[in-house]
Amino acid sequence: MRIIYLLACLLAFVGCGESGKQADHDHGNQGKKALVIGFSQVGSESSWRTSFSESVKAEAARRGIDLKFSDAQQKQENQIKAIRSFIAQGVDAIVVAPVVETGWKPVLVEAKRAGIPVVIVDRNMALDDDSLFLTRIASDFVEEGRKAARWLMEATGGTCNIVELQGTVGATAAIDRMAGFKEVISAYPDAKIIRSQTGEFTRSKGKEVMEAFLKAEQGGKNICAVWAHNDEMALGAVLAIKEAGLNPGKDILIVSVDAVPDIFKAMADGDTNATVELSPHMGGPAFDAIEAYLSGKRDIPKLITVDGGVYTQETAAEEYAKRKK
Amino acid sequence: MRTIQLFDSRFLLPVVALALILLTNLILSPEFFHLEFKDGRLYGSLVDVLNRSAPCALLAIGMSLVIATGGIDLSVGAVIAITGAVCANLLNSSIDSISLIVLAGLFVGVVAGAVNGGLVSFFGIQPIVATLVLMVAGRGIAQLINDGQIVTFQNPAFASIGVGSIFGLPSPVVITLGIFLLAQAFVRLTAMGLFIEASGCNPKASSYIGIPVRTIKWSVYVMSGLCAAVAGMIITADIHGADANNAGLWLELDAILAVVLGGASLAGGRFSLPLTLIGVLIIQAMTTTIIMSGIDPKFNLLIKSLIIVTVLLLQSPILRGQIRGFFARKHKAENSAVVESQS
Repeated sequence: MRIIYLLACLLAFVGCGESGKQADHDHGNQGKKALVIGFSQVGSESSWRTSFSESVKAEAARRGIDLKFSDAQQKQENQIKAIRSFIAQGVDAIVVAPVVETGWKPVLVEAKRAGIPVVIVDRNMALDDDSLFLTRIASDFVEEGRKAARWLMEATGGTCNIVELQGTVGATAAIDRMAGFKEVISAYPDAKIIRSQTGEFTRSKGKEVMEAFLKAEQGGKNICAVWAHNDEMALGAVLAIKEAGLNPGKDILIVSVDAVPDIFKAMADGDTNATVELSPHMGGPAFDAIEAYLSGKRDIPKLITVDGGVYTQETAAEEYAKRKK
Repeated sequence: MRTIQLFDSRFLLPVVALALILLTNLILSPEFFHLEFKDGRLYGSLVDVLNRSAPCALLAIGMSLVIATGGIDLSVGAVIAITGAVCANLLNSSIDSISLIVLAGLFVGVVAGAVNGGLVSFFGIQPIVATLVLMVAGRGIAQLINDGQIVTFQNPAFASIGVGSIFGLPSPVVITLGIFLLAQAFVRLTAMGLFIEASGCNPKASSYIGIPVRTIKWSVYVMSGLCAAVAGMIITADIHGADANNAGLWLELDAILAVVLGGASLAGGRFSLPLTLIGVLIIQAMTTTIIMSGIDPKFNLLIKSLIIVTVLLLQSPILRGQIRGFFARKHKAENSAVVESQS
């Protein structure tokens, strides 16, 4: 047990060493009166997360903000260390994309004492004191579910047997997307979810679950559409549908959420039909709020939601060209 | 040479458990047993169970051997991720030869296994710690290779490892079956199995009678790494891409569970590859049954753990003894009551 603990300490140490290096690295091009903002990102575990980081960096560069970027490699300890180092450096504001919801209070109290405003982006923090942060910028998962459902109801005229690939059980994104989707289709008596299982937000689990759904519903003849809580599972479902000898995008419609580059390729190829963008562009609203606060404005709402559009096959090819690296 | 006795009592419980799980589907979803030929391959839920259990089965074969020497290999899930990342990136490079890429994938497994085995057998580090290093670091290595992205590829030849078919069966099933037969022949037609069990049972005594315990221990980790590499290529080929974050995640635990369900002792010294495979099938049949049955996903893990606890409890010699003792006492009490009333 002690050895495991030592190992964990060692890993945490190596991790924060690297993130510290990263922050120092970005320090060089500090302008004269430019805002200095520290940004603690979760890591780079998915392509969506990578576009999120890129978007924030690009927005900072556009506004001439000196952004100190720190990658926490999925570890809260690293994020807390990064925030402490931002406080020690006396930055003008701190932006945090928290990896988990709990355990943030002590470090936020430190930031408050130092008079540094903190903006929470993406996931939530469980805090009982509103004064610890300036505002929270987040996507509206419920609205994403509604958008996907509205698109599907329009495309099918409201008559559809839907199978649902849920995200990880208990994840906020999965619960809210499910609720938003159900809310819209409840107005259509001929639309119903006939099967629903978790594909754990991954491509391979999405494929496995879809394979079983196809077999359970008479080789897929019963299924009109797949509603996947993220693009990865939708891409897995495409593979399963193809292997069952059906035509994804035509025999079975597919709608998902995220708008990662790969889904645009699939849409351009006609394999999936629509995706709702989970907007990675949260840097803009975050910087807006910080600039407003620093110029003396005090009535900033505690939650600002960002909206993403619905993308379909028509624009998929050009979007893919724009988004792929 | 030992032959497999199908009606060995060790076989009875796992086989009955598997049969019960499959039979549940007769009530929940009769489509489960529907089989048909589609595009020259067998198609149906039963085939899916076999196909989806292939990666875990491969890990469990390697894991059985490692556990039989009294060790454990936690790194196999991470080896899957590294193998996938290496193969996917090679497929996107200028290398055209699929056999070269497959060899590179296998090489990754051998290197990983050799490192694990070296740490355990030559440096005397506890297996759980030695392999934990690669379990944690391996996924990081895979993410570095993939640059944090899911690397996809378009290569029908490589993809056929995961989605193709051989003799009308999905290729993962045939590959796994082949490796199982090879491994079974290797451990049971030669003295290797005996050496492995002896090394696990009593390493000191084994080494005194001339068994090269260190080499045996080292080689089982290499075999485990090799099995993990094959599983990694199957998983990668299946989704036409390498997902460093999720490929093989927690699969090492399923493999260990399968070995235990197969009646092996985690203390080493006893193993059976056919029983391990039945353990794997129990796990996968449960997963597929849950998906087919339309149960709320919230209950997935609860149902799985209940079934597993039940099977393990029924295998426990202590509980069996108590049940037997309870019935024997009851029987005796009844008998004595009869005797008393007669007198």
